[in-house]
Amino acid sequence: MGSRVVQSSVRLASALGRGLGGGGGGVAVARGGGGTDRRRGLASEAAQQRRDSEKRVGSGDIRVDLLNPFELHRLHDGPATDVFTSKEELMQMYMDMTVLRRMELAADMLFKSQQIRGFCHLYDGQEAISVGMEAALTYEDSVLTAYRDHGIFLGRGGTTFEAFSELMGKKTGCAIGKGGSMHLYKRENNYYGGWGIVGTSGPLGTGLAFALKYQKKPNVAVAIYGDGAANQGQLYEAQNCAALWDLPVIYLVENNHYGMGTAEWRASKKATFFDRLSYIPGIKVDGMDAFSVKAAMLFAKEHCVAGKGPIVVECDTYRYHGHSMSDPGSTYRSRDEVQGFRKERDPIERIRNIILKEELSTAEELKKLDKQVRREVEEEAAKAREAPQPEEHELFSNIYRLDTGLVTYGCDRKDTIKLP
Amino acid sequence: MRISITRALSILQRCARDCPQQQHSSPSVGNSTLSGAVRLLSSQALATSKEPEAGNVPKKSLNLFSAINQALHIALETDPRSYIFGEDVNFGGVFRCTTNLADTFGKHRVFNTPLCEQGIVGFAIGLAAMDNRAIAEIQFADYIYPAFDQIVNEAAKFRYRSGNQFNCGGLTIRAPYGAVGHGGHYHSQSPESFFCHVPGIKVVIPRSPAQAKGLLLSSIRDPNPVVFFEPKWLYRQSVEDVPEGDYMLPLSKAEVMREGTDITLVGWGAQLSVMEQACIDASKEGISCELIDLRTLIPWDRETVEASVNKTGRLLVSHEAPVTGGFGAEISASIVERCFLRLEAPVARVCGYDTPFPLVFEPFYMPTKNKILDAIKTSVSY
Repeated sequence: MGSRVVQSSVRLASALGRGLGGGGGGVAVARGGGGTDRRRGLASEAAQQRRDSEKRVGSGDIRVDLLNPFELHRLHDGPATDVFTSKEELMQMYMDMTVLRRMELAADMLFKSQQIRGFCHLYDGQEAISVGMEAALTYEDSVLTAYRDHGIFLGRGGTTFEAFSELMGKKTGCAIGKGGSMHLYKRENNYYGGWGIVGTSGPLGTGLAFALKYQKKPNVAVAIYGDGAANQGQLYEAQNCAALWDLPVIYLVENNHYGMGTAEWRASKKATFFDRLSYIPGIKVDGMDAFSVKAAMLFAKEHCVAGKGPIVVECDTYRYHGHSMSDPGSTYRSRDEVQGFRKERDPIERIRNIILKEELSTAEELKKLDKQVRREVEEEAAKAREAPQPEEHELFSNIYRLDTGLVTYGCDRKDTIKLP
Repeated sequence: MRISITRALSILQRCARDCPQQQHSSPSVGNSTLSGAVRLLSSQALATSKEPEAGNVPKKSLNLFSAINQALHIALETDPRSYIFGEDVNFGGVFRCTTNLADTFGKHRVFNTPLCEQGIVGFAIGLAAMDNRAIAEIQFADYIYPAFDQIVNEAAKFRYRSGNQFNCGGLTIRAPYGAVGHGGHYHSQSPESFFCHVPGIKVVIPRSPAQAKGLLLSSIRDPNPVVFFEPKWLYRQSVEDVPEGDYMLPLSKAEVMREGTDITLVGWGAQLSVMEQACIDASKEGISCELIDLRTLIPWDRETVEASVNKTGRLLVSHEAPVTGGFGAEISASIVERCFLRLEAPVARVCGYDTPFPLVFEPFYMPTKNKILDAIKTSVSY
């Protein structure tokens, strides 16, 4: 444990999923309520239970109880509910989520002290989605999301140094400081970034999936959007195309129940998102439980790679901060509600409880780990603060490909800038 | 009538736009405190407006969002078939322009829509087609593009293609536009020139609270669809005495804010306060500048600008949007056609660079006072 923690740039070791949990899955048995799944007759219950014991996900010998069942839409079978894990996986998840949480809290402080400017949409509370998803995917799969992208960036292998640099608009940022908080990218790990305009991840993700299918790659594209975005027209266009052409795209809905300040039931006639279309199957998942997300994503990936077309995975999650740093998050939510989530459903707490229950570590050790992570994250932030700003020519670079020689007209036609 | 600048200038904020190192105040969404070093307490509007009527009209010192709020209130009060809708307008909107309207007029007249711009505008066009006044809000002008098809293909052409049987004249789309100091790519755009290319709609941009109230009321009551861009930087920073009560300012009528003899400057919205600073600096060097606020971009007041250029012989246009294809290009081409022999120097355009609106580079990108001053001097000594 110690050696992994000491790194120069703190990143999530999301390679975990590639070695461990990736093997399991198979045809898992449907469990749990939800009015839209087809219930089996009692006669086959016994057969079902036999099948249950044979189908499991995850290697390791620690059994995890999934707190909330999956809800299914247009699916015979759902994700595996026998989820196993190991000490290594648990500790890694704990670490990853703690790094994520710490980063968001550090970003909060930096924004308040005006080191970060512009807009800053924080991910704390939703860590289980990033970590759980990455445990099921590989870096060959493509991911893109909306503007609440810090967590997904770290999950995709981005370092906190790159992230802080980008947030502060420094040259060492992942987008050379030109994008800012909403635009974190990591090309080599197929993270197609954060997007500022709500709903764009739908059509774009569908396009990525088309390319993957065309290239016959056994991979999926994951298009992430939120409950607020779910009413954008372009999503329906994209989803229809994906279903028509059986594209391997997982539409992951991060349902944190509020589109900026508007509660989901005030924006949508039907505030569920996994069962909106009769021709695309869906799963509703407890998004505060990393293992549920992992199991669901494994199932979804298998579904897509088998050529069955797109699938929607709705993750029921929550964000502790407001929509962005300009929003206190308390005018449309009660304090009790936020505190309630922190107490009852915090994703990190959940992992911590499993670790402590299984006696894999002690409370003091975890606390030490927390402190260490905090220190390291703050070191990375301090390093990023010292980094230089992008050079002036970056204002004009990369507008076009091969914009060398491009003449940009500034204010007054006489003021022309020719790129080197 | 000579307009004299009688009010103090909101120096700090405007100067901050010229000095990249200085911290900017950030008008936060829904936040009552202004963070940052610059705190504008009772700062006055830089770009002052001509009094609609002289005399004893009672006035109140208001900022831009309050003036717009008043205009919307009056619009709803005077016409029972007017409605305001958009994302988050019910609680007052992210810039507080619709505060208290839902409480006063009810949630059936002031209501939230889901997050769907194309839907919002399409819905507004339908509402307007049945002789209602549909006042739609697009939360940021940067998000107006999903609605672009509806505006260009439906709203602008409805009257024309139905042979005047139908129209959506009651449509007004309001959207905050322009730089705000830290908005980056998607909270700072100035998309006005896209809409200026569409016959059938009007594009109106106010520069200050008193102007905004009168122009907004005119826009709402104008029997044509209007896209009304509000300079978001000025929502809090621009404060001015606004006449109480109902008044309208004419559309398609430019206003000469400052008279001069050496060069004509044309602009709109927040950029005017920067240009005004440049005019003041230029006058210290003996250059007399005439400053015109276009107010309505289409159909624009060619006559006023032409008359001014015929007087001065020089023209400078300035806007935040990128220079290529910006509305300054239309003004320049039109004036050259009309005043070719009178012009003493090429028409100068001091605008944003041809790049996406940048994040950290915003102070470099912006058409600042010094850039304008430079162009004034070049033009005058051509």
